[in-house]
Amino acid sequence: MTTEHIARTVQFKIYRYDPDKDAAPYMQDISVQLEATDRKLLDAIVRLKTKDDSLSFRRSCREGVCGSDAMNINGKNGLACLTDVDSLAQPITLRPLPGLPVIRDLIVDMTQFFKQYHSIKPYVVNNTPPPERERLQSPEEREELNGLYECILCACCSTACPSFWWNPDKFVGPAGLLAAYRFIADTRDEETNERLDNLEDPYRLFRCHTIMNCVDVCPKSLNPTKAIGKIKELMLSRAV
Amino acid sequence: MKVAKRTFDAVIVGAGGAGMRAAVTLAESGLKTAVISKVFPTRSHTVAAQGGVSASLGNSEPDHWTWHMYDTVKGSDWLGDQDAIEFMCKQAPQVVVELEHYGMPFDRLDNGKIYQRPFGGHMSNFGEKPVRRACAAADRTGHAMLHALYQRNVRANTQFFVEWLALDLLRAPDGRVLGVLAMEMETGEITAFQAKATLFATGGAGRIYYSSTNAFVNTGDGVGMAARAGVPLEDMEFWQFHPTGVAGAGVLITEGVRGEGGILRNSDGERFMERYAPNAKDLASRDVVSRAMVTEINEGRGCGPNKDYVLLDITHLDPATIMQRLPGIHEIAIQFAGVDPIKAPIPVVPTCHYQMGGIPTNYHGEVVVDGASVAGFYAAGECACASVHGANRLGTNSLLDLLVFGKSSGESMVEFIRKEPAALQEIPQSEIDKSLARVDRLNTQTNGADVHETRLSMQRTMQNHAGVFRFKDMLQQGVDKILDIEKQVAQTEIKDKSQVWNTARIEALELDNLIEVAKATIISANARTESRGAHVRDDAPDTPEHPNGRDDANWLKHSLWHREGNRLDYKPVKLQPLTVESIALKTRAY
Ligand SMILES: Cc1cc2nc3c(=O)[nH]c(=O)nc-3n(C[C@H](O)[C@H](O)[C@H](O)COP(=O)(O)OP(=O)(O)OC[C@H]3O[C@@H](n4cnc5c(N)ncnc54)[C@H](O)[C@@H]3O)c2cc1C
Repeated sequence: MTTEHIARTVQFKIYRYDPDKDAAPYMQDISVQLEATDRKLLDAIVRLKTKDDSLSFRRSCREGVCGSDAMNINGKNGLACLTDVDSLAQPITLRPLPGLPVIRDLIVDMTQFFKQYHSIKPYVVNNTPPPERERLQSPEEREELNGLYECILCACCSTACPSFWWNPDKFVGPAGLLAAYRFIADTRDEETNERLDNLEDPYRLFRCHTIMNCVDVCPKSLNPTKAIGKIKELMLSRAV
Repeated sequence: MKVAKRTFDAVIVGAGGAGMRAAVTLAESGLKTAVISKVFPTRSHTVAAQGGVSASLGNSEPDHWTWHMYDTVKGSDWLGDQDAIEFMCKQAPQVVVELEHYGMPFDRLDNGKIYQRPFGGHMSNFGEKPVRRACAAADRTGHAMLHALYQRNVRANTQFFVEWLALDLLRAPDGRVLGVLAMEMETGEITAFQAKATLFATGGAGRIYYSSTNAFVNTGDGVGMAARAGVPLEDMEFWQFHPTGVAGAGVLITEGVRGEGGILRNSDGERFMERYAPNAKDLASRDVVSRAMVTEINEGRGCGPNKDYVLLDITHLDPATIMQRLPGIHEIAIQFAGVDPIKAPIPVVPTCHYQMGGIPTNYHGEVVVDGASVAGFYAAGECACASVHGANRLGTNSLLDLLVFGKSSGESMVEFIRKEPAALQEIPQSEIDKSLARVDRLNTQTNGADVHETRLSMQRTMQNHAGVFRFKDMLQQGVDKILDIEKQVAQTEIKDKSQVWNTARIEALELDNLIEVAKATIISANARTESRGAHVRDDAPDTPEHPNGRDDANWLKHSLWHREGNRLDYKPVKLQPLTVESIALKTRAY
């Protein structure tokens, strides 16, 4: 059964920046007394916020499906709600996701991230008039979408990727490319060629140097590198 | 004070399933539409839905929309409006197929059709035996659906205002709705969004309770805004407690687990649902299962050191089936219960899950007050009460509700907007000032109440005084306590005064909405002196004269709570469907 937790004090080092009052960002040392029921890092920072209501972060579902509470935790991107607080070395160092402009504290501006997602046309394109009923797809064809459609757009992967840090405006990034392959792999989509054209560029796809940080940090255990590899294979096979 | 103004044909508040389904219809019709959401669209709580969306597609075995309708009316304990229920069940196959065409990655049967699983209360042939009606994408149906709807909106070029918080509804002196006032979180700037038609699709308010399957953001904002703008709230005493929230954490374990063969057991290892619902067993309606669980716990047959939960057992299922059909549950059990469900059962307790009541509408999505629709105002999804769920919602009927009424309200709005004159009415300054006053108070309040503490005392009060079983004395005390807490809510104080992404301010403004929902709930519950569906009281027990404690002679009617003076009045249930015969009143048994 569940491990019993006890009330305990936890030390934090947190990136703080409020452009309304701070000239520059700084790291704040702060500790908080946790209740026995506080198990996840998110529980801990929600508890911290009851002491200092100015600490700012995004959160919503608290169960790892909405993708709001991605942050850099002891140097590694992850979701606060899926991280056991007691598993972390102290002081727990929290920073905003790297590589995106910081709005305030742990909240980053995700405009560039979503721009890349939108750039791959994230929707099924099928210009054949739809049948009265569902389009058919075999269980095996549907299986191809597993490991792709589950992405929660938390941006842990793209903001862990050096290629995305250097070229966030030109490189689609792991999340966007995973989505690109999700539509290529869908038997209902008719635009595979256009999708490949859209990525045929020195930056958009080929900036991936298979460093695999994306795979390492994905809180949903997805594998963008593998999806990127499959897109590259398709490009090669259509070139010959 | 003057605020910036933006004008549209339509404004939708909320980018969950309901808001985004309506947005598809509006954007594809070419009207200028704004969708405002306090979170990025795919972070709306529809994303957490697991089990499925119902439609009588009959992909695995015969099914019919009239059977679906029968189950829904019975599930609602006859409090649902039968015209709206007919409309929803008849439309279900079409809207689900449309969603598939949008790209929704449903699981598939060998013949290539959408996979369907059994679910609580879904029966064939008017209550005879379980039927496979829940269309599913593994146990991530809501995620798959919300992303598919967002993607369709990207294709339709819908204009989103992401991370904007709607503050209040703006009305003309004649009652017409003119739009909303909203705050951009990043800058704290306030703008009036003016439109010919406004849709609320703001989701549920499960956060009025201490233990809930709902997200932090489910704070009933639309319902609170409507109440402040003088719109009564319908059937707010009816809250669904889902049988299987992870004990301690509140995170949901879908009913689809029982649909796939999961079994509830007490401390004796007994499959106790066989005693409470000999026919449907573990797949009886949610209120029935939740009460059975609480009864087992109260009678000393709970599990664990404190005997305060029961076990959900799937250890007898094939691990391959678990990984294929319930991968998300496998992950949740490990993350939040600390057990691998392939090897050990999951500790579960009934947990607040769904708000059956809400802003009163008809099945066109028009908000209806005193028998007439409010010009320019629409509501859909969990914040609305159409009323298809009545006193208890069937699992998978909410995602369906989002699709059907998202679409129908979108269509009604298109029709309404096309008939409206081009010129927009002036927004009265007093309307704007009223709303700004709420923000200004927070900027200046000193010596006030702590937001977190105040919210916590509201949540504990609701949990203890208006839970799975309700007690006459506790309800009355609960009303007094909530009215006391309301006074503190009016004086909350925040320390953070920044204009940039001020989450303390957002939480304080959300609490203004939560308290409206809590008042409506407990006052309506206190007044309804019968037991029906999810509302069960000790002073309305099961008797031969009133089976299950239901009192149709006096209480077959919808409650309407008015914020002003906490006044209640009632309106009749629509027992007449659109084309078929009325489903006659009957005692509910599974
Ligand atoms: C864990 C869980 C599992 C579920 N599983 C199922 C299932 O399998 N099948 C089923 O049928 N039902 C299920 N339900 C119920 C169903 O998911 C919800 O009722 C439904 O998704 C609500 O959708 P909605 O569009 O009304 O609201 P939501 O998806 O909650 O969206 C609300 C939207 O309103 C916005 N909003 C709210 N307030 C404001 C404001 N002030 N300003 C700006 N924007 C605002 C939010 O940003 C959000 O975009 C489940 C519910 C839960 C909690």
